[in-house]
Formats: sequence, structure tokens, C-alpha cells
Amino acid sequence: MTTNTISKIGQVFQTLQAENKLAFMPFVTAGDPDIPGTQRLLETLADSGADLIELGFPYSDPVADGPVIQASYTRALNQHLSVHDIFSMLEKLDHESLPPIVAMVSYAIIYRFGIEKFVKQASDAGLAGFIVPDLPTNEAGELLPVMQNAGLDLIQLLAPTTTHERTASIVENSTGFIYCIAVSGITGVREKVADELIEQLRWLKTQTKTPLAVGFGISKPDHVQPLREVADGVIVGSALVSYLQQVADKELTFDEALKQIAEFTKQMSDAAH
Amino acid sequence: MTETGNISVATSVTKNVPDEQGRFGPYGRRFVPETLMYALDELNAEYEKARKDPEFQRELNELLRTYVGRASPLYFAERLTEHCRGAKIYLKREDLNHTGAHKINNTIGQALLTKRMGKPRVIAETGAGQHGVATATACARFGLPCVVYMGEEDIRRQALNVFKMKAMGAEVRPVTSGSRTLRDAVNEAFRDWMGSVADTHYILGSVVGPHPFPKIVRDFQSVIGEETRKQSLEEIGKLPDEVIACVGGGSNAAGMFYPFIEDESVTLIGVEAGGRGPKPGDHASPLTYGQPGVLHGSFSYVMQDDDGQTLDVHSISAGLDYPGVGPEHSYWKDTGRVKYTSVQDADALEAFQLTAKLEGILPAIESSHALAQVIKTAKDRSSEDVVVICLSGRGDKDVNEVALLLGQEI
Repeated sequence: MTTNTISKIGQVFQTLQAENKLAFMPFVTAGDPDIPGTQRLLETLADSGADLIELGFPYSDPVADGPVIQASYTRALNQHLSVHDIFSMLEKLDHESLPPIVAMVSYAIIYRFGIEKFVKQASDAGLAGFIVPDLPTNEAGELLPVMQNAGLDLIQLLAPTTTHERTASIVENSTGFIYCIAVSGITGVREKVADELIEQLRWLKTQTKTPLAVGFGISKPDHVQPLREVADGVIVGSALVSYLQQVADKELTFDEALKQIAEFTKQMSDAAH
Repeated sequence: MTETGNISVATSVTKNVPDEQGRFGPYGRRFVPETLMYALDELNAEYEKARKDPEFQRELNELLRTYVGRASPLYFAERLTEHCRGAKIYLKREDLNHTGAHKINNTIGQALLTKRMGKPRVIAETGAGQHGVATATACARFGLPCVVYMGEEDIRRQALNVFKMKAMGAEVRPVTSGSRTLRDAVNEAFRDWMGSVADTHYILGSVVGPHPFPKIVRDFQSVIGEETRKQSLEEIGKLPDEVIACVGGGSNAAGMFYPFIEDESVTLIGVEAGGRGPKPGDHASPLTYGQPGVLHGSFSYVMQDDDGQTLDVHSISAGLDYPGVGPEHSYWKDTGRVKYTSVQDADALEAFQLTAKLEGILPAIESSHALAQVIKTAKDRSSEDVVVICLSGRGDKDVNEVALLLGQEI
């Protein structure tokens, strides 16, 4: 898919690639611990070197996510957080001082809210794109053109089990970056990066110019090094959300968690840069 | 098909669904993580081969006959008919199957499919435990290790079924996320499958979920409707005028209705759980009160709030207590081929008692919803008319709950 103007997300990757750096993209849930907390988190992540931020829209039945992220979604939903609340928060942010924010949002939410309305409000609120984990590329026909018109990137996902045939259509629809799922499982913390993943990424690089970002199971700086030659970015979710779990369990105050998240983000972005 | 906005509306009904993308009109399809696409494609390809293989069909039919105890009888409920003073009421006795419900038709079929695919492990979800027991049964029969995901809350309420599953060698894994009930058990089973597809088959228990599950489960349950059709012609001498089944996820209804879809003279009625009333949270009737949306990998009628978050549902019957429904039912609703209505807890409870007293049959509280609808409407038909109810399961499992509701101690 070609567009005349490069997207906000595309620009981030272009700049980093020129400097031989990987993009570091942390994930947080909107509304965990609460909306003001999320605002502070976004600022903390930006100040600690995040190049892009993935913002999870809490959903009641997230199949692709592991226990840590689902628990975080449940905490947010228990406060009756609505999509409207998330958009209002985003509208008030100073997006100039923040990295581009990508929504991680279920198709159940987008469809019920209304595709046109969701994309318009997301665009007005300053979001740069969506990752829709339960929308495979062949079902994206209703959402993709609406997002393209609004200048938003619909990030395509690719799994270790994706066949070469499916890869071709995923690559064709891809803009912004391709979210490469590192393991055939759910999001969560893992020990090491698999050799098969490196092989798959190496092959993918021959198929597309769209940047490749790796997520699911990335949790420490050591995970980044083997990806340096074959990927353009890394995504960290559960490892970071674990700090918020500790806040919920009263093992940390939110201020302490913010400090540790800042420290962790710095380590990860240093490894990526 | 005509197009109205984003959603295409089916205007005439066909049995020739779903298409290759899993579409029943606009419903069904696959809204799942990319990680599962390969497994679903593989399952679909294997299933299509098995379906057309006479040896697979022969083996399945033999098991249904000798192990499940099919064909199940079509029984004339004479005293219930006299009581209602209208149409002749017949019961399709799925309660007489091995394990006491229709669920076994599907689990035997899918277990056979698992063997054929050479996968050494099975997972399943269960709410009240009926599908869990049916899966544990089939897996014991085939020597397949089996993990059943069950909400922590349901484990507490359904100790007897948990014991049965364990006795047959299944591992019951408690689900502690979300509402700790059936829909979380489904989420958990899908999660397991994402990391285990290489050596594991997921035996889904109803006509829900991503393509090809709604089709596979419908096909394995269609033995109910095929037998009923044949028995009606041979034993009554005509097709029924009306066929009624309860609808939760909708597997017994789909299996009962599908063979009758092209018989225009046969009225088809699906009965949802009306719970305490029409207020959101008080019932489990997405076809009656919900609207189309995405849940558990498919597009169908669902109970959601305005943000697409799944709403809590309620029914006296654990087997109907589900916020979604199979996509083929949504298709049948929109085409008008099947009429859907709902029956409240109290009426189902009354039908349970009446059927016990008049027929000496304890119906499952799920099936009691279909019975209640017939008890209400049979008098509007002539005594020449034939109404068949799918008695999807027996009510032994419900006696504690019923006694509690009637204020009696066991």
C-alpha cells in the first residue's frame, strides 16, 4: 500500500533506521490505575525514551492477551471506564511532546461503537493508528479503507504459524509497521528469543520494506540484541504492566511504580538505540 | 443478498452455508488472532476430508449406535398432549443418550476427528459441566488426555460434574479471570490453543466461535434433526408442523433445525432464556434483545454495552447462560426462517414440574424452556397438528437447583 505522505509512525521508523536504531514501543492499558495515572504514565514513557506507545483499550474478553494484561483490563473496566473517557483523555494531551500513540483495540469495540465514528474520534483525539488483534487481514475490508481515508495506520499482525501465502496478503495491506508475534501463544514474559523467529524475520525482510516490530514475550534488554539485525522495533507489554499489578496488589505505590517503569523503559530503549 | 451500509442482509435462506470464509449471510467468519488462522485452516481442511470419507462416516455411525445409543426415540407425549388440548406433542429423546444429553453427538465426532488429525491432546471449555463431561467421556473412550477449562465459580456450583470429569481421567483447570464463568473458560481454552495448536485439538462445545466450528458442531448435531425427520415420516406419516428447541449457544437447536430448513411447511421455533425479564443482565436472549457484534471469534447477535463490552447475562439454566449465540441462528433470524422467542425462569420451572408429573420424565432445565413454549402455544393448534420438541437433556443434574428454588431440602 503506498501513500503520498508518510505517516507519523512511518516517520519514527525512518528516522531511527537512518541512525541504525530500533524503535522501542512500550504498552500500557488506558485507565489502569486510572485516567490521571495513565496520563502520567504516557509522559513518563515519553521522557524515558519510548519511540512509540501502544495504548490498550480495555476489553472484557481479550483472547490474545495473557493474564497480566487481562487483569489490567479488568481493573480499568471495574471503574466503568468508557471509550469516550479514553478519547477525552487523549484529546487533552499535548501530542507534540509525546511519541505517536497506537491503540491496541478489539474489533468487538470498534464494530459496536461504529467503524466510521470510532476512526473519526480516534483521529481527532490524536491517535496514529490501531492494532486490532482479533481482526485478521482478510476480515479488515470494512475498517481498512476508513482508516486510510483518515490517514491512520492499521497495523497488521504476523504469527510464527503464518503461511507464506497469507504473509503475501498481510504484507500487501501493511502500513506503519508489521507486528511480528514472537511466539505461538499469548502475551507474557518469556526466557529467550527463539531461533525460528530470527529465521522468519530474515525471510520477511526480503518480502517487504514495511518496518518489522517484534512483540509477545519481549521482557528484558537481553532480548533486544539478537533482533538488531533482523527487526526495526521491539514491543514490551506484560513486563511493564506487571508494575501496575504490583500497585494493585499494594506492593508498590503508584509513584514507586512510575520510577521503576521509567528505569525499565530507559534500559530497554538504551538496548534498542 | 442485498447490501445495506456495511452489513449485507440475507433475504432468502439456504442450507448451503457457510461459504469458504465461514459466512452465514453476514454472520460467522473469523475474528481471531493471526496465531490461530493456521490452526483453523488446517482444521477446516481436515474436516472437509473427513466429512467426505465413507470410512470416517461409518466409524462415526457405529459409535453413535453402539456407544451413544442412537437412534434416540421420537416419543408421543400423550398425557402432556391431553393436558394442553391442542397439537400432538412429541419429544425427541436426546436425554436418553449416553451421558444424558445431546452434547455427546458432537464430542464423539470431534474426538474421532482428533484421532484422524493425529493430535495427541484435547482441550475443552465448559460452563455447567455438560460439555466437559461429554468431552471427558469421548476422550476416555479414545484414550486422549484432556484438559477442561471451567470457571472457578462454576466449579464450586457443579461439584458433581467436576467429579465425573476427573473420574474419566480429565484434568479440570479452574479459570480465575474475568467473571469466572463459561465465557472466561472459552477465552482460556482459546489461549491454551494459541500456544498448543501443533499437538492439541480444541473440542468446542457449541455452534459458536470462529469458522469452521459453527459448521462442524452443526453437522455433528444434525443427526438429531435427520432422525426426527425420518421418524416423523415413518412413524407419524408426515413431517411435523412445528419443531421447537431451546437456544443457548444453540447446538441442539442447530442440529434439530438444519435438516428441516428447506421443508417450508415446518415452522421452526428457537426458545432463548428469558431469565427474570427483559432488562439487560436479567436474561440470556441475544437474538430477542441483543444486536450483532463480535464475541469469541465470530460475528453474531450478542449482549454487549454501547462500547462492545460483553454484558453479564442470567438464566436459571447454566447451559443457556451465555451472552452470544451461534452465527447460523443469527442468519436464520434475519431470513425469518426460524422464529426466536424467550421463556422466563419461572415458566421453565413450571414446565419442568409438569413434564415430570405427566410424563415421568425429568427434563433438563434448558429443554424445559422449549417445553414451556409448547405448553403455552399447543392449544392454538388443531389436534391433527404435530409439534416436536427437542428434549436435549435429562434433568437429574438440575434437581438440587430446582429443589432450592421450590424451597425444598434434599
